Amino acid sequence: MKLGKTAIGFVILVVAGLVAPFLIYPVFLMKALCFALFACAFNLLLGYTGLLSFGHAAFFGSASYVTGYVITQLGFPVELGILTGTAFAFGLGAVFGSLAIRRQGIYFAMITLALAQMVFFLCLQIKATGGEDGLQGIPRGFLLGFIDLSDTLNMYYFVLGIFLFGFFLIYRVVHSPFGQVLKAIRENEPRAVSLGYDADWHKLLAFILSAGLSGLAGATKSVVFQLASLTDVHWGMSGEVVLMALVGGVGTIFGPVVGALIIVTMENYLAGFGSWVTIIMGAVFVVCVLVFRKGIVGELTALIKR
Amino acid sequence: MFEWLGITPQGLYGQLLVGLINGSFYATLSLGLAVIFGLLNIVNFTHGAQYMMGAFVAWMGLTYFGINYWWSLILAPLAVGVVGIILELTLLRRLYQMDHLYGLLLTFGLALIIEGGFRQVFGISGERYEIPEALTGATNLGFIFLPNYRAWVVAASLVVCFLAWFVVERTKLGAYLRAGIENPQLLQAFGVNVPVLVTLTYGFGAALAGFAGVLAAPIFQVNPVMGSNLLIVVFAVVVIGGLGSIMGSILTGLGLGLIEGLTKVFYPEGSSVVIFVIMAVVLLIRPAGLFGKEK
Repeated sequence: MKLGKTAIGFVILVVAGLVAPFLIYPVFLMKALCFALFACAFNLLLGYTGLLSFGHAAFFGSASYVTGYVITQLGFPVELGILTGTAFAFGLGAVFGSLAIRRQGIYFAMITLALAQMVFFLCLQIKATGGEDGLQGIPRGFLLGFIDLSDTLNMYYFVLGIFLFGFFLIYRVVHSPFGQVLKAIRENEPRAVSLGYDADWHKLLAFILSAGLSGLAGATKSVVFQLASLTDVHWGMSGEVVLMALVGGVGTIFGPVVGALIIVTMENYLAGFGSWVTIIMGAVFVVCVLVFRKGIVGELTALIKR
Repeated sequence: MFEWLGITPQGLYGQLLVGLINGSFYATLSLGLAVIFGLLNIVNFTHGAQYMMGAFVAWMGLTYFGINYWWSLILAPLAVGVVGIILELTLLRRLYQMDHLYGLLLTFGLALIIEGGFRQVFGISGERYEIPEALTGATNLGFIFLPNYRAWVVAASLVVCFLAWFVVERTKLGAYLRAGIENPQLLQAFGVNVPVLVTLTYGFGAALAGFAGVLAAPIFQVNPVMGSNLLIVVFAVVVIGGLGSIMGSILTGLGLGLIEGLTKVFYPEGSSVVIFVIMAVVLLIRPAGLFGKEK
């Protein structure tokens, strides 16, 4: 029964993804897809492993910089550029993860936040990242050498493909034996350890995977908007992805997608109102934490089950 | 001493002084975080916003009501403390039974609201706060010209830090506080009103951040984002020191401020990241932090 519902959800998601660009402004959709993948990757860590990272902007942003750099400066083709950015995020995730998992709970959050701030300062200072300007005018180029990505619709389906790949991968991971161990660690780490599972190793792998997929999202974003900027590595971005997962439903498969759609839509409409975006995001945080902890998808699921 | 590196003694002492000032802010802020965390089990993400509010209350007091610096030094922390108490009574209180992470997320949301609100009203360009007349000028110490205001900042924050240490570690009230950290139920059973103690502690931590904000107002520009960037560094300081002891927070804060200052002399490019690098090293060698004990 459970599988059936999830399968229906998948079909709806794929069909909606295929039809959407004919109904809604595609550039907006691509932004939403990139952030949806980012939020899903983040949720793998918070929702299924119970680790709150406050520094995921580091992976998202650094991958977007690396991709931008290798495409503009080294002339990499677009798919190789995205792969390079993603690989970088995987590597960075391995380094940060092995440091951060040494502490738990709130310390984990503070450590990831601090490490991400270090990346922010590096991006601000290093010449290759263009400082305050960021990297602009990243060419979209040709996918596999012949599909013109400057065409919006081509680009959209490419992004959709990347998103679905990441999404299915996360789904598979969560529902694999490995994913079950992650959930066991989330629920009761000492017990998981006593059953013979190496908790640290599992946490590290989950961290690396989450970081790498966040990087994939960031790398794709830099190609879509042809821009890598300091916003992508700023702590505000780390907060945003937490909010997306929280609004949609932490620990649900579809929640982060819904959350990302809502937050991106909100930002789109409030873009002209200055700091009100920040104020409203803060208010949504407060409301979610106080009365709406399961998020939209989480509450809906609870409602259906009742 | 280091002339062969192209570094003048004046430059060295100057940066050490800047480091000492930053260190006093790190110490004051991480002290407040440690006290709040000890009793409430909440990482107060609003701490940076409270620091910023302290500076703004002082600035608004001077600009709109002509309240001078010395009164602000008392009134601004009080105001920030009262706002903190209201937040604790209305919002934070609801989360004590839950995962610590929710407290972190709630205070993060509050910080966004406060910071966004100030940005909406005052913009991000920042306001100037003049150094009070009694503290203008500088004293010649022979090897360096010491600006009086900066000397005052270091002295004032050290005094406040040690007062806080004294209250927590050496007084009856502090004994209640420490007992509350160890075992709140038992303390309640002895007839101490623990919820009031918790509320006052949060108010005190917030007021401490507000006090640091007033001290900072004449040195840095008073602007809505002054708190958030500082807070992240303070988090790193807290990870390095561990939230276990008050003296630990003070020493770690000051020490890291000085190290940051030294880095500015010898390797300026690294000064913005040096604290984070130290954090990484400490995590490798002593994961619980220099003064911390793993719970």
